[in-house]
Amino acid sequence: MEFRAGGQLRNYHFKVSRMEAKLKHQRPRHLDLFKITQPLPAIVSIMHRISGVLLFFPGIPFLLYGLNMLLESPESFAAMQAVLQHPGLKLLLVFFVWFFLHHLCAGIRYLALDLHYGVELAQARASSKWVLAISIPLTLLTGVALW
Amino acid sequence: MVKHSGRIVTGAHYGLRDWLAQRITAVFMVVYIAVLAVLVTINPPQDYAAWSGIFKHSWMRIATFLFFAALFWHAWVGVRNVLMDYVKPVAIRLTLQVLVIIALLVYLVWTAEILWS
Repeated sequence: MEFRAGGQLRNYHFKVSRMEAKLKHQRPRHLDLFKITQPLPAIVSIMHRISGVLLFFPGIPFLLYGLNMLLESPESFAAMQAVLQHPGLKLLLVFFVWFFLHHLCAGIRYLALDLHYGVELAQARASSKWVLAISIPLTLLTGVALW
Repeated sequence: MVKHSGRIVTGAHYGLRDWLAQRITAVFMVVYIAVLAVLVTINPPQDYAAWSGIFKHSWMRIATFLFFAALFWHAWVGVRNVLMDYVKPVAIRLTLQVLVIIALLVYLVWTAEILWS
C-alpha cells in the first residue's frame, strides 16, 4: 500500500510509510518465476496453455498428415503402420496423447468453473489434482497399449 | 477541439462471442471424439478397408469436417489469446495472427481434400 503524505496527517503517514518500507525491505522478494512455488491450479493452467499451443503446432499438421495416410490408399495405410513401429515416433505420440488428455481434462474443469461448479478454493485445488490424476495415468495406459 | 464524451472504449464486442465459441466448439469436439472412441472400441478396425469404411459414410465425413472446423476455430481463439498476452509489438503480433489464419484456412481445405478424395 502506498501512503501519500498530505494535510495534518503528513507526519503520521511519513512514520507509517517508513515502517512499511522497513517491513517490505525485510520480506523476501521472490519475483524470480523459478523461485516462486506456484499453486497446483496455476501449474495445471499454464500446462493447459502450453499443451494447447503444442496441439496447434505441430499437433494439427501431424494429425492431418496422419489422417491422410490412414485414408489415402492401402499403401499409405501400410506405410503408416510401418512408421508407427518406430519407438521414437511412439514416444512422440505418447507425448501428444498426454498434451491432448491434459488439455481435455483441464478444459472440462474450466467448463465446470464457468458454470460456477467448484469455484471455492479447496474444491478448485482438488479438481486441479484430479486433472493430473486422470490425464497422466490415462497417458501411461495409452503408452502401454502402444508398446 | 476534441471533447471527451465520457464513453468507455469497449472494443468491437467480439470477446464474449469468442469466449462462447471456444466453449461450444470444445463441447462439440468432446462429443465427436467420444462417439468415435465408442465406434472404434465396439468394432475395432484392423485394416485399411475397415478404416476407410468408417469414413465412407457421408454423415461421418460431414461430422469429421465439422470437427476439424470446430478445432480450427477453437485453435484460432486460443492462439490469438496467447499472441495477445505475449507478443506486444503490434506489427509482429498482427503478422503472426495473419499467418495463423492463413495456416488454419489451408488446413480446412486440406481436411476437405482428405475426406472427399
